[in-house]
Amino acid sequence: MNRIENHPILTFPERKEIAFRFNGTDMIGREGDTIAAALHASGVKVLGHHFKSHRPRGFYCAIGNCSSCLMVVNGVPNVRVCVERLEEGMDVRQQDDKGVLP
Amino acid sequence: MNQVPLLIIGAGPAGLSAAYRAAEAGADVLLLERSGKAGGQLVKQTHKFFGSEKQFASTRGIHIADRLTSRLEQLPGRVTLLTDATVLGIYEDGVVTADISGTVQKFRPSAVIVATGAYEKTLAFPGNDLPGVYGAGAVQTLMNEYGILPGRRVLMVGAGNIGLIVSYQLMQAGVHVAAVIDAADRIGGYLVHASKIARAGVPLLMRHTVVAAGGSEEVERAVIAEIDEQWQVKPDTKRTLDVDLICVAVGLSPLADLLYQAGAVSRYIAPLGGHVPLRDASMMTTLDGVYLAGDVAGIEEASSAMVEGELAGLAAARRLGFEGGDTSGLISACLAELRQLRAGPAGGKIRTGLALAGVYA
Repeated sequence: MNRIENHPILTFPERKEIAFRFNGTDMIGREGDTIAAALHASGVKVLGHHFKSHRPRGFYCAIGNCSSCLMVVNGVPNVRVCVERLEEGMDVRQQDDKGVLP
Repeated sequence: MNQVPLLIIGAGPAGLSAAYRAAEAGADVLLLERSGKAGGQLVKQTHKFFGSEKQFASTRGIHIADRLTSRLEQLPGRVTLLTDATVLGIYEDGVVTADISGTVQKFRPSAVIVATGAYEKTLAFPGNDLPGVYGAGAVQTLMNEYGILPGRRVLMVGAGNIGLIVSYQLMQAGVHVAAVIDAADRIGGYLVHASKIARAGVPLLMRHTVVAAGGSEEVERAVIAEIDEQWQVKPDTKRTLDVDLICVAVGLSPLADLLYQAGAVSRYIAPLGGHVPLRDASMMTTLDGVYLAGDVAGIEEASSAMVEGELAGLAAARRLGFEGGDTSGLISACLAELRQLRAGPAGGKIRTGLALAGVYA
């Protein structure tokens, strides 16, 4: 896990565990996490692949500006996971194409 | 259609300050914030601020956000703060549309203040799209908001204040800083920040650039090199750093899309960070009744963003007929504070930029 445990200024209180799935695998995040934060904490940096070049994609800005972090969430493509809150039971998948709206 | 006297877009340091002054003068304010909480980028600033006491010097940014938000209560005008509220457009008939928690709503405000902040620039180099090449703000978000390690070993690109401060924050979180590099020949940020990380043994390499990021699916290494007087890579100086994170801190640009779309006249002014909407001394854009404040008006610091916000809030309130208290006196005080914040060598860039924009000529 990549969670910070000791910090000279900040404290990070224990938060409730949130179960979700990434590419079909069960994962655990924390209440208040964005999807991208929960994935990063579990060591997942590759959020998808470019639809043409197939190069891996991660986030860049983490505040909803750059659209480098698009994933398929509960069947809906092009979700900016850097600003989308994690919810119990979410189905999160890497996006490798332009996506089709359900 | 919702009639509102004053609509403020963005609840960062500028928007919160604008809301405070406008409501103090008596105006009702609707403050829309796209993220889940107010404070803007202050919510991840763990360092203590410099500057004057009026802008909360020696207080950590994370606490300034709370203070700016909590002082909005009990004012003559009412401030309604909505989070998860993204403004979609400012139309020529004065209508503003917003996505508020998934529902599109229309507003007809009598005045608007755009305080949308900035976005991070990036750098062109092979591999810059690999996961693990993150903007400095993203690194702060992961570390300081979510308590997540952005990596184990980092190359920091950029030795301005953001690069230096975030390097120190990375060290506080337990991340090894392999080097801080900058293409300039000298450190751009305050030396007090630079000496803190230099004392800890971090190499500060000036006239260096990142040549490439390497790795198959994510960053596994970075190649850096020295550059010559013509900013070309000296071939024999290339070396590889074992890092899993490349943090890019090469500056910000105004996030002014709403204003471009609405037809506000803007101009490319490099010292202000890129394309900047033009404005008068009261922070009004070329669109009647549409004001702006903070980084969207030109990249500066949170302290000046707060004063610009106050100025725009006062000017917008006066336009709406709210002169409560001493509006003219407060406006003069804001202008004097801005002059003071921009005085001295550190303010040279912003003074040049504002002169090019025709403000404070």
